[in-house]
Amino acid sequence: MFEVLIDQFWSLTIAGIALGFIYVLISLGYTMVYGVLRMINFANSEIFMWGTFGTVITNRDIFHYTQTSEPAKGWKLALVLISALLMSMFVAALTAVFVEFVAYRRLRMKGTNRLATLISAIGISIALAELMRLLTDSRPVGSPRVLEKMILTEVWGANIRLDTVVTIIAAAIIYILLERFIQLSRMGKAIRAVSQNEDSAKLMGVNLNRVITVTFLVGGLATGAAGFFYITVFEYTKFNIGFTMGLAAFTAAVLGGIGNIRGAFLGGLSLGLLEVYASAVLGTQWKAVTVFIVLVLVLLFKPNGLFGEAVQQTRA
Amino acid sequence: MFNIRDKGASVWESWSPPARSSFVLIVITLVALLPYAGNFGPTSFLDTPISSYQAVLVYPIALFVLMGLGLNIVVGKSGLLDLGYVAFFAIGAYTMGIMGTMTSLNTWQILPFGIFFAMLSGLLLGLPALRLRGDYLAIVTLGFGEIIRIVALNLSVTGGPNGIVGVPTPPAVLGQKFELDDHAGYFWVIFIMILLVIWMIRRFTIRRPGRAWEAIRQDEDVAALMGVNLLVYKLWSFTIGAAVGGAGGVIYASKTMFIAPDMFTFNTSILVLACIVFGGLGNIWGVIVGASILAYLPERIRFISNARQLVFGLVLLVIMNVRPDGLLPRKKREKIREKQAI
Repeated sequence: MFEVLIDQFWSLTIAGIALGFIYVLISLGYTMVYGVLRMINFANSEIFMWGTFGTVITNRDIFHYTQTSEPAKGWKLALVLISALLMSMFVAALTAVFVEFVAYRRLRMKGTNRLATLISAIGISIALAELMRLLTDSRPVGSPRVLEKMILTEVWGANIRLDTVVTIIAAAIIYILLERFIQLSRMGKAIRAVSQNEDSAKLMGVNLNRVITVTFLVGGLATGAAGFFYITVFEYTKFNIGFTMGLAAFTAAVLGGIGNIRGAFLGGLSLGLLEVYASAVLGTQWKAVTVFIVLVLVLLFKPNGLFGEAVQQTRA
Repeated sequence: MFNIRDKGASVWESWSPPARSSFVLIVITLVALLPYAGNFGPTSFLDTPISSYQAVLVYPIALFVLMGLGLNIVVGKSGLLDLGYVAFFAIGAYTMGIMGTMTSLNTWQILPFGIFFAMLSGLLLGLPALRLRGDYLAIVTLGFGEIIRIVALNLSVTGGPNGIVGVPTPPAVLGQKFELDDHAGYFWVIFIMILLVIWMIRRFTIRRPGRAWEAIRQDEDVAALMGVNLLVYKLWSFTIGAAVGGAGGVIYASKTMFIAPDMFTFNTSILVLACIVFGGLGNIWGVIVGASILAYLPERIRFISNARQLVFGLVLLVIMNVRPDGLLPRKKREKIREKQAI
């Protein structure tokens, strides 16, 4: 039962970390909105799904790569990757701001109950997923391979592939940038102020509407970046991938302590590793079950998530 | 905003008891005759493009009203957000599927088992989960709904992805036979269950558990300070909601004669939740209206086949923005207190 885990421990670990970083970025989208609005952003999974299409469109329609063409090299490679990343982030951020505008703003102004907002977010989430289903004819969309999946080196019997390395390094950089933005910038300070106490923040002259829009925007940027890395690793997308990934990422956010940016980081990484190990030991089909049982156990003993929720300094 | 529910309540209160009982009897008779409403020339527009009006009336409409009422106890009455309600429906359906094909018990004998297993799972899930705060409860229940589906997908006793075929239909009751293409009988069975659930909810609402739920929904901390045992009453609400879902599942499995994991996805949970928020949270009539509309709408607009889910999502979005408290909001006095609590 455990042979696979022991045999391939290091390669599983590396795959888990790469998956974990994708979760980290998506759960940032959940955790930031939750911090400010105290509300699950149900549409974040579809924001992610739309983000993945940003990369596919860049690779396929802007740079005209096809399934058979040679992977890019040198400067061309960097150009394509960076523009795909930016495109994904742009598409996702745009979708996120749109979602805030359509599904959240009016209800927030009216000051209605949270469930109405939840259903309105579910409504826009269904609409976004279905729109993409119609656009793609319910078919999975493959992305041409731009980044060659060559093996860089071997460490303790584990192959280190280029795409995994790129994912881990770039995702870590994006995470650090976002975290610094929240910590240091004036806007980040405003976001933290709103998440601590909305009324006091308003009294201090914080423009609440702008802060909320920026929160959705930043969350969208992170989620979009996750979409790019998802394509880099898995090379295909579909209109319904948002649900599974979003669910896992939300679990990660709760696991780490929702509303807490560092919690999202640690929660995402633990969840990525946990999923990979669980699939190795019990088989892929029991992955989700294991994850949820772990989640329930964690919440039983640490109701605020593994790394706490109310860390005011890191909270966003 | 104009509140139809309060208007209705004031008219109702101005009536004398005999007028009330005769009104109730008339309404019950009219609803019981609903399966025949599509039989008269012009009313055949009720038929949906794919399935007949009678079939749609049983599933999804009547079953969604039943599940909506069950979920309303959990979400509307006691304010616990349950995103995995389909799990209890699935447990009921699989109890019927497994026991119906493997033992010689009939549907009516399995019904108590289905309710029991749904309640048991509600209890087992609720014991750890109901100690958690609102949003965590949402994610844990959501996960539970997925777990039940995945377990059903991977076990051999549930037939894996192929599901269970040949679930027996119920035996005749009082000369009323239950056959695959005879929908009226099923409708009456579910209608009786709906009436029982409405009666149960109305009894609960004015008695101790109802008051405890109301207190928990408005402010947990105050409720705890006033001596309400939070966990016990939350568990009650959760298991009673689960029981209704389980009962619905048993009837559903027995009617369709075939169940598979695909029928119990997260979408169903969301749809039932949408029904009750759309109609008016916490209000029995709102839930019934909302569930009827949202269950009927996707079937009715099948002619725009591909885009119907898109339209459905947009309808949810627009209605929630225009009427955030649902079509028929709960009583004013309950709502005002709710605002103060937040």
